[in-house]
Amino acid sequence: MIEKKLLQEHNLKEDEYERIKEILGREPNLVELGLFSVMWSEHCSYKSSRVHLKKLPTEGKYLIQGPGENAGIVEAGGKAIVFKVESHNHPSFIEPYQGAATGVGGILRDIFTMGARPVAVLDSLHFGPLDRPGNRTIMEGVVSGIAGYGNSVGVPTVGGEIDFEEEFSHNPLVNVMCVGIAEKDRIFYARAGEPGLFLIYAGAPTGRDGIHGATMASAEFGEETEQKKVNVQVGDPFREKLLIEATLEVMERNLIVGIQDMGAAGLTSSSSEMASKSGVGVELYLDNVPLREEGMNPYELLLSESQERMLMVAKSGKEEEIRRIFRKWGVNATVVGKTTDDNKFRAVWKGEIAADVPLDSLAENAPKYSRPYSAPKHDERFDKKWLRKKNWGNVLRKILASEHFASREWVYQQYDHMVQTNTVLLPGLGPSVLRIKGQREGIALTIDSNPSWGRSNPKQGAVLTVAESFRNLATVGAEPLGITNCLNFGNPEKPEIMGQFAETIDGMREALEFFQVPVTGGNVSFYNETEGGTVPPTVAIGTVGLVEDVSNLPRPERVKEGDGIYLLGWTGRDLGSSVYLRIAFGERGGKIPEIDLQREKKLHREIIRLVREKRVSYTFDLSPGGLLPNFAEALFKIGKGATLKINPEIEEVFYLFGESPSRMIVISSHEIEASVPVRKIGEIGGERLSVHLRGEEIINESVHELERGWRSFFPEIFNP
Amino acid sequence: MGSRKVKFGIVVYPGTNCDMDTHYVIKEVAGEEAQYLWHEDLDLKGSQVVVLPGGFSYGDYLRSGAIARFSPIMKKIKKFAEKGGLIIGICNGFQILLESGLLPGAMLRNRGLRFICSFEELLVENDETPFTLLYTKGERLRMPIAHIDGNYFAEIDVLSELERERRIVFRYINNPNGSAHDLAGIISKKGNVFGLMPHPERASEALLGSADGLRVFLSAAKYVRES
Repeated sequence: MIEKKLLQEHNLKEDEYERIKEILGREPNLVELGLFSVMWSEHCSYKSSRVHLKKLPTEGKYLIQGPGENAGIVEAGGKAIVFKVESHNHPSFIEPYQGAATGVGGILRDIFTMGARPVAVLDSLHFGPLDRPGNRTIMEGVVSGIAGYGNSVGVPTVGGEIDFEEEFSHNPLVNVMCVGIAEKDRIFYARAGEPGLFLIYAGAPTGRDGIHGATMASAEFGEETEQKKVNVQVGDPFREKLLIEATLEVMERNLIVGIQDMGAAGLTSSSSEMASKSGVGVELYLDNVPLREEGMNPYELLLSESQERMLMVAKSGKEEEIRRIFRKWGVNATVVGKTTDDNKFRAVWKGEIAADVPLDSLAENAPKYSRPYSAPKHDERFDKKWLRKKNWGNVLRKILASEHFASREWVYQQYDHMVQTNTVLLPGLGPSVLRIKGQREGIALTIDSNPSWGRSNPKQGAVLTVAESFRNLATVGAEPLGITNCLNFGNPEKPEIMGQFAETIDGMREALEFFQVPVTGGNVSFYNETEGGTVPPTVAIGTVGLVEDVSNLPRPERVKEGDGIYLLGWTGRDLGSSVYLRIAFGERGGKIPEIDLQREKKLHREIIRLVREKRVSYTFDLSPGGLLPNFAEALFKIGKGATLKINPEIEEVFYLFGESPSRMIVISSHEIEASVPVRKIGEIGGERLSVHLRGEEIINESVHELERGWRSFFPEIFNP
Repeated sequence: MGSRKVKFGIVVYPGTNCDMDTHYVIKEVAGEEAQYLWHEDLDLKGSQVVVLPGGFSYGDYLRSGAIARFSPIMKKIKKFAEKGGLIIGICNGFQILLESGLLPGAMLRNRGLRFICSFEELLVENDETPFTLLYTKGERLRMPIAHIDGNYFAEIDVLSELERERRIVFRYINNPNGSAHDLAGIISKKGNVFGLMPHPERASEALLGSADGLRVFLSAAKYVRES
């Protein structure tokens, strides 16, 4: 008899249990209860989010594969660009190094599972403020975990973002995006083909690690959960590298029908999802599963989340050839099951049936919830005292040397960002740009989020985040082809959290429909709550864009003495949630910027045109931080000074530090004309930054001195 | 005869990850012939220059490059070296050459204990080796490094011998990792084995930020063609 406590341990609600009994026509045994528990977990089934996710646009002219597979695919330069983002938030809190490392490993597998060679990793990371040692430890562990895994496996970590908010102290966010390139006619899917084919398990042997990782990621954290270290998987990048090479070779020789990595819920989800998509059943021979530990039972074998494991369905008669290729790479490959014609998920162990359930009940027919939600309250505050004049030079120095704005070089130097020799635009210079060897075209990649926008207004925040992502791409003349997204929220069983989620989806839909860019997939991470503290709604948008000609990119080293500095776009009265308010007033809320999507799109079009017409030396956008900090940062990269002369028609603080979305700086040796407002605001020259406001000099600083504060913030914290 | 392509053999160990980058540069940029050699091969397949590329051979478990020296192909590479064949070890390849005794010294963890990936400035110290004959002594180069164990260490007498025999080929201008005598690359006593931590294959196309490394491969090819 299944008791309440057992259900609780499996994170199953009583009505869900009733439904299981109905499906089986009997009580489940313990193994079966485990299967339902993981497959019906939020993490695997998206039971709270599905109803909402359906609203997002999923069609576009460059789209090859939308949501529902291991990763999405768009076309660029005649190739299939395969990409996806996934969270590894909970494991990274419990064990930062391994949590982040296995986050990288997992998303890499989602990409090469589709026949693509992984070519880039990007991360969106959020931690608590660094004035607390605990947060430093988490950040240091996460960064080394990403480096340790990515560097070894030979996939460059080319970009990303890091920011800090109080709420992330106990709920750090680690969202990892991977991009791969495949031939368009050689894409692999999670399919099982027909009955009578063999399932081959390749990779690391199975241990007890990560059992119920998926259910862990579907519950709030309390003190008890922090004790769950044993649940975090341990990564082995060396084995992953071998698995990549062997898998790609098997694919190249066309030996398999379908393939799926053993991620969350391991052998159970990989086998049942493949079978379910092809309408066949599956029978697993658990005695054949390679073991790392002795005495493992069926429950553990089926639910282990040991890393670096793949499950594939062999083409009939190709089993031996597959095993030979894996052996060459030192990887074990074993037959662990076969497809059947009875639509059942059956596991056999020591001659007995350990589990026998209808297959679709696991993979397809998980419960769906339209959870109740309440509209979140928006932060509409605006305080006149924010307009007070300040010593602008002091403010600038403080922002440059703050954790929100300081150079991230300390982080990205620890990542091999050049291996594979495709990185055309290095980290820190804009979005990442990769060439596609042998093509004129390249891809531009970016991942962006802004939790303080989400906290103030989830819907508007989502619109702004999408716009910012596409604006980043415009700086290298790239058009967006498709996005992936990682949605990080608190407990969806709370109506206010569900309200944030519903609004966020509305905002994404509005922006994506407007720009006509599809969602190709993504990941929802709920339950980012610890002891009542919850994360602000944080939407990481990962975008792939098309660069027409990688040899023509705006770069700081193109800027010459005497080049003109032009401000394009519109400056509004936007200060809410800005870096400025944090630094100058310790205020992290306020009404977030308005955005006019027509204007925004027009600006992107004009910037892309100017870049492609080779009229731009360098260009960048101005949020977060606003005009002055972003302009100073550009000067550091250019290695020169400049004089700015500005005559704003509104209070200067909006102009200097406001974070209005639809504005960008273009530096050029040509006269710039465009169908959006253009204003020449200065010239490049000398070694100082001099800023004149309505004829009066308000800032005169050595660029080198400003740069020192910006560059030394992270090294001083981590290399004392 | 002067225009015949030189055949480079690129050794692939499990965990090597710069093999394809090196292959691409030798074949597509330098215009020479490139072939892969598998670590279990017992034959160099007529390679005229052997390249040990960067990566994490055998996962760098135990110690960087420590397991690779026991691989079957290593015996052939040693024989090739004895006969004066040209060998280039890049990054992990350099570590393997140190571990296998083809070059003297050892690599310690970087000063600062962290992995560093960045462009560094190098000074050409010796332009008379088979690998640098297209460079000029005193020339400054830009090449990326990407390693955590690149802090070269050797006994004092080894270091003075390296200096005396002009076997330090490249030196860092701003030593990033604590390497003794700022050295970034050295050659063997006979001058035919070259190990360096910077990645010349990542600095062989202007599009990627520098083409300063290409001449390492071009020099070796020229040397082979003319000898």
